[in-house]
Amino acid sequence: MSEQEITFEEAIKDLEEVVRKLEDGTVSLDESLQLFEKGVELARLCRAKLDQFEAKIEILLERNGESVTEPFAQKETE
Amino acid sequence: MNQPQVITVSELTKMIKASLEQPQFHNIAVEGEISNFKHHTSGHMYFTLKDETSRIKAVMFRSRNARLTFVPQDGDTVIVIGSLGVYEPNGEYQIYVDQMLPQGVGALHMQFEALKQKLAQEGLFAAERKRKLPFLPRKIGIITSPTGAAVRDCISVIRRRYPAMDILVIPAIVQGEAGPPSIIAALELAAGRSDLDVIILARGGGSIEELWSFNDENVARAIAACPIPVVSGVGHETDFTIADFAADLRAPTPSAAAELAVPDYRDLAQMVDQYMKQLIMTVEKTLHEKRQAVAYLTERRVFLRPEERIQREQQRIDELISTISRIMAHRFSITKQALENLAGKLDSLSPLAVLARGYAVCQKMDQSVVTDTRQVSCGEWVTVRLKSGSLLCQVEEGGTKTLE
Repeated sequence: MSEQEITFEEAIKDLEEVVRKLEDGTVSLDESLQLFEKGVELARLCRAKLDQFEAKIEILLERNGESVTEPFAQKETE
Repeated sequence: MNQPQVITVSELTKMIKASLEQPQFHNIAVEGEISNFKHHTSGHMYFTLKDETSRIKAVMFRSRNARLTFVPQDGDTVIVIGSLGVYEPNGEYQIYVDQMLPQGVGALHMQFEALKQKLAQEGLFAAERKRKLPFLPRKIGIITSPTGAAVRDCISVIRRRYPAMDILVIPAIVQGEAGPPSIIAALELAAGRSDLDVIILARGGGSIEELWSFNDENVARAIAACPIPVVSGVGHETDFTIADFAADLRAPTPSAAAELAVPDYRDLAQMVDQYMKQLIMTVEKTLHEKRQAVAYLTERRVFLRPEERIQREQQRIDELISTISRIMAHRFSITKQALENLAGKLDSLSPLAVLARGYAVCQKMDQSVVTDTRQVSCGEWVTVRLKSGSLLCQVEEGGTKTLE
């Protein structure tokens, strides 16, 4: 399971499933520890996904027939 | 010449009514100028619709006019849609108005309805065509004027909900003739990128003419064809555009579109934290239960006091030893008793005891015991042993042994 391949939604679903299984209480101790490890890893992954952004605001501009992105400076007035 | 049949006014009016209230006069759209407009206290609207040469009375009941988005007044040119009818008490025919649209707007409205119907029939607005918005987009594209209020609203809402979210503004002209081709070009640009997960198509509020770019057929088709989910946020709450119907999700305003496109960071973080807490709680609970199970077992006596068994075994050994000792002591005392008995017997048999009773043993010098007078001769020396000590005696008489 690569961090790139899995989306936040998938990761959180998996995490939910892990928690559900654990709460179910029918798993063995060994299995529950494995699930716990998996869950912690998924939670870490979810957190990483949430924090992967850079707060970039860009604008797509046309320059010499090519699209380029530039930081977007918001103008105060219309 | 036949005398015409006499009928009553009511009968005539009924005949006129029947001839006027025909399908051809149902659902007719009539353009004209309002005069004698009167909004009665009952809520119904009464007015006359006129043009240069003709006039017709019109009524718009309260239930119909409640939905009007403008206040009609004398001099307004409007398009009314309704049916012809006869008001029998006054013998007047009039239009019963279902809908009233300001002129210009009226024409646009009909264009709008026609296009909406056409595209709906094509299935362009079908629910199954709508794509689900990503739960957490990687980057959001905003197609709008880079200088408008809409872009500011969208960015501030996104910033508030998800401070670190990446945003790409794709400039487009959002009103006038140049609007539709510019919006379509922007959609195509966005579609050509691989980093956008959702597109917000936004424009602030304006008149219906100003929003008209979003009622363009090609814009609608470009939205439907866009591989990236599109959220529309055009105008105000009440403004519906063709773009709204073609979009995957319609928001009433640009801010609302941003709201729908971006999850709230705190909600998601809280969700992750909550799951994390549950994880820890459940594992702690499991561990606690297992520990208790182990504790329950180990608290049994065997585990709790392993030395007890040893002590018990030692005790048994001790018991065995003491039993053996007892038996041995018993045996010993029995043996001792027997020995004493024997000793007693032995004692009674002892020559010393006999001597004690006054008997004596007579021995010749060679130690042989004299039991017969014939063993000794007179004059012979013998030893007489008493209880204590012995006597050396010479036989004076009785010895019958003959001397050799």
